[in-house]
Amino acid sequence: MAKALLRASLVAVSLVWVLAAQTVLAAEVKRYVVEGSRAAELDSCVEPTERMRRMHFEFIKHQRISTVHQGIRGTKYSLEGCVDCHISYDAKSQPQPINRSDQFCGACHAYAAVDLNCFDCHASIPNKPDLDAEAQAAHRAAGVDLSAPSDRNGEGH
Amino acid sequence: MGKATEMNDKTDRTDQAIDSGRREFIGVAAGVGAAMVAPGVILHAVAATPRSQPVSSDVRWGLLVDTAKCADGCSACVEACNEENGLNLQTKPERESDLKWDAQKSVWIRKVKLQDNQTGRITNLPMMCQHCEHPPCVDVCPTGASFKRADGIVMVDRHLCIGCRYCMMACPYKARSFIHDELQGQLTAVPRGKGCVESCNLCVHRRDYGEASTACVDACAAEGHHAIVFGDLKDPNSPINQKLRELPSRQIREDLELNTGVRYSGV
Repeated sequence: MAKALLRASLVAVSLVWVLAAQTVLAAEVKRYVVEGSRAAELDSCVEPTERMRRMHFEFIKHQRISTVHQGIRGTKYSLEGCVDCHISYDAKSQPQPINRSDQFCGACHAYAAVDLNCFDCHASIPNKPDLDAEAQAAHRAAGVDLSAPSDRNGEGH
Repeated sequence: MGKATEMNDKTDRTDQAIDSGRREFIGVAAGVGAAMVAPGVILHAVAATPRSQPVSSDVRWGLLVDTAKCADGCSACVEACNEENGLNLQTKPERESDLKWDAQKSVWIRKVKLQDNQTGRITNLPMMCQHCEHPPCVDVCPTGASFKRADGIVMVDRHLCIGCRYCMMACPYKARSFIHDELQGQLTAVPRGKGCVESCNLCVHRRDYGEASTACVDACAAEGHHAIVFGDLKDPNSPINQKLRELPSRQIREDLELNTGVRYSGV
């Protein structure tokens, strides 16, 4: 009986240790959400964080087909949504290209060594004339270059 | 007396019960009828928000160009198109000659001047993707990147385009361009990049957000020419169809029987 009790308590203690170790590991996982972006103020993305980490490319891959071929724009998943929410601004309120190696997309893709080609074509900063016409005019007047160099083939990673 | 009132009340109540039942039925019937009769009207009414339903073949977008109103020397439509779609972001690479750059840079609308050598009559017109019903560019595309959307817009899915440029060869209108160099500062609404073919897509982002016209049409109207009309070729009451009824119009290269969505009058 005593033996059984001892065994049970050992199992319990080891279980607690395993769980604790996992929490520590989870805490150590680097957070790539950039401070100062809208995403930093939210609890999770359009799906729970774990799901987004594993599945975000699947989500936007399916969404891109419905958008390009069927014209559906009001979807939960969109690359435009990624950029709008995860973009951060420097001290001069300049949007920082999201694929730059210290920004949300660029930093994690550099860590995961996954080549990121989205921004060869897609805007890496919100570049919408109707949304922010005044700000863009101001940028242009100040001679600020809003263009983001594309990081082809992992250059700069 | 009291009895009579009671009876009246009763009959009233049954009448009301019948009435509400009939009202419900009539309401449902009217709703179903409206949904069946006027999908076009409903589509137009909810058009202000981003599209959430797939595009349907109930509409076919097209343009009508009245060449009599198209002014010589005016390139407002071309400039508006460049601005709208970010074509003005491209710059001439150092290594290219001016001649080659003029031939190779991305152009969605070309301003064309025709002269009848016998009479000397000059016609100006904007030439862009003609949005054929049977597009040769779609026929030849090896990857399915060149496609016709249900609403008649012929466009390129850049995710699938491998840049073989077979569609550029197949197009009788020289409407397509190839992006030779890396681009920077693309617009959110118009993703574009090196290695893909592109052409006029009738401002597809405007279509999906329910805007009324295209950048070229707006610019032409702002110049006071009103030479281009945009609209739904399947809606008999659309401005473009009213104009088509009124003016003699042609499709360019009618002999190819592509049934283009862009029509010209006065050529």
